[in-house]
Amino acid sequence: MNASPRPRLAVWKFASCDGCQLSLLDCEDELLTLASALHIANFPEASSAIEQGPFDLSLVEGSITTADDAQRIRRVRQQSRHLISIGACATAGGIQALRNFADVNDFIAAVYASPQYIKTLATSTPISAHVSVDYELHGCPISKVQLLEVISAFLAGRKPAIASHSVCVECKQRGTTCIMVAQGTPCLGPVTHAGCGAICPSFNRGCYGCYGPMETPNTAALARQWKTLGATAGELRRVFRSFNAGSEAFQKESDAHGD
Amino acid sequence: METKTIRVDLIARVEGEGALDLRIEDGRVSSARLNIFEPPRLFEALLRGRGYEEAPDITARICGICPIAYQMSAVHAMEDALGLQVGDPWRALRRLIYCGEWIESHALHIVMLHAPDFLGYADAIQMARDYPEIVQTGLTLKRTGNEIMRVLGGREIHPINVKIGGFYRVPTKAELAPLADALKRAQDAAIKILRWASGFPFPDFERDYEFVALRHASEYAFNEGRIVSSRGMEIAIADYDSEFEERHAAHSTALQSVVKRRGSYLVGPMARYSLNFDRLPTAVQALAREAGLGSTCRNPFKSILVRGVEVVYACQEALRLIEAYEPPGRPAIPVTPNAGVGHGCTEAPRGICYHRYEINRDGIILNARIVPPTSQNQLSIEEDLREVASRHIDAAEDKLRDLCEQTIRNYDPCISCSAHFLKLTVHRV
Repeated sequence: MNASPRPRLAVWKFASCDGCQLSLLDCEDELLTLASALHIANFPEASSAIEQGPFDLSLVEGSITTADDAQRIRRVRQQSRHLISIGACATAGGIQALRNFADVNDFIAAVYASPQYIKTLATSTPISAHVSVDYELHGCPISKVQLLEVISAFLAGRKPAIASHSVCVECKQRGTTCIMVAQGTPCLGPVTHAGCGAICPSFNRGCYGCYGPMETPNTAALARQWKTLGATAGELRRVFRSFNAGSEAFQKESDAHGD
Repeated sequence: METKTIRVDLIARVEGEGALDLRIEDGRVSSARLNIFEPPRLFEALLRGRGYEEAPDITARICGICPIAYQMSAVHAMEDALGLQVGDPWRALRRLIYCGEWIESHALHIVMLHAPDFLGYADAIQMARDYPEIVQTGLTLKRTGNEIMRVLGGREIHPINVKIGGFYRVPTKAELAPLADALKRAQDAAIKILRWASGFPFPDFERDYEFVALRHASEYAFNEGRIVSSRGMEIAIADYDSEFEERHAAHSTALQSVVKRRGSYLVGPMARYSLNFDRLPTAVQALAREAGLGSTCRNPFKSILVRGVEVVYACQEALRLIEAYEPPGRPAIPVTPNAGVGHGCTEAPRGICYHRYEINRDGIILNARIVPPTSQNQLSIEEDLREVASRHIDAAEDKLRDLCEQTIRNYDPCISCSAHFLKLTVHRV
């Protein structure tokens, strides 16, 4: 087990859609190279060869929504030298954190005929709410380019080169005309963490914030701009309360727009 | 009396997590239950109060492997609720992006997840040491599927371009042209992989399933058609509830679907293929026969071949769609919300995915219902497991466990859709 000198990688899943760990398998051109630089010791979605810890690097996808998972993440942390949470679920609670704004029992009754069979927590919370996290990679889904950068940085023992500016900078970099200025299309780009490459504006669509808040976002100023473009309070609440509803900045802004 | 317990803490190479509980009493399998512990994310509840236009993006997050399936079912259900008919060229573009998802998802399952079972490897990375060219070919194929998703959808996981009424932006002919070159190579790659897989050792195993799939008047169905079955069912999508019901079993966070009055049924590649063989182009039919398939396939272990045939078809169909494409004058038909109820059902890589929404006059979602493919296949998986375990009741525990895992992987189950954690427990009493 310890014969391999390569760092040992583990991938873990909590409440999620599998999309962020799929980003690893989507590295079609880099996957086999990656597998030679790292020893993939625990990646159940890809391999039935599942080894015991300890692990040098754990990638954690998903949010904590059950009492069992709240215990399981502690065991993962104990076995992991470095732990990186990947994606909106693991870093902010994901879309399933909408339950945090409602009565979870109403939610369960809306889906299941026999709610008594369902054991789930009242909230969906990020990994950092339960254990210490060495790095958080944002996005719904994460960018595989950024994932490879974070893994490479870990292998080299350096800080990942992940920009903390907004999506606006990425629009400028790719030469996309600002759709909010030029077309009056409401856009969350000014407050949203870069990383996707500013995809939505390049498709004539306003950013919908799937990478979560940038560092020090001015959400209140952006909300005022949206109102002048015709957005209602309900729309503003919904737009800040989506895939990163559990992030502090977006949560506070969504609370400011009642019915 | 002998009591033995086998445990597999996690069934690998499936998306999501669940457990199998197998009970063997006096040399007979007395129960086989698939336990799905995927933590419920409660999508149908969290959709209430959201805007109609948000449904494609929110429901995509049910599954990172087949987001287009959710986006397509949602967009068609919402357009149904709004009384909106969206024809070509948007219809063709939706078919094209679905081809991308089928290619990407099937190539992932065939080469990375399923083939290692037949050849005795733990994963595709180990398999790549002995079959480097095949694994590279599979990855290239998968990349082509993902490229379609990127060009049309902006990205391969949770694409951003699907909109009620059409798209946010439609591609130019020039943007689609490089895809055509990649697809011609992908088509050859798909044929190579199908021929390679046709040489696998397949267990002699068939069951008389009730197949359920969409059937379209002239095409191999993706987004529209009637819901038909191999036992005579033929209904409009809107009548889904008249023929199917969901049951909630104590051992699973996924609801189990049954055909009313009959029980288990099977959706996905085998059902689609067997009910729509005549809708495949002659050249694709010939490749299927060359791979050893008839016009019907009842051997779930051969589903890998059916997926292979469907990838070849999806490459050809994508090429045809690209060649015929003329961009519309506007990216989408304008939409104004109205109160209504709408139904959508489309062919996800793993089988039909049904959505129903009720919206108010402001377009706010009042009720949502989503039936993913894997919850529909859950009972069939359990029945297969019971049958496979019965036939190999005296097999060594390791062998039995491997066979059971493979039986589950035959379905390419996407457990994260259904609601974590496949733990195999065999009780021998």
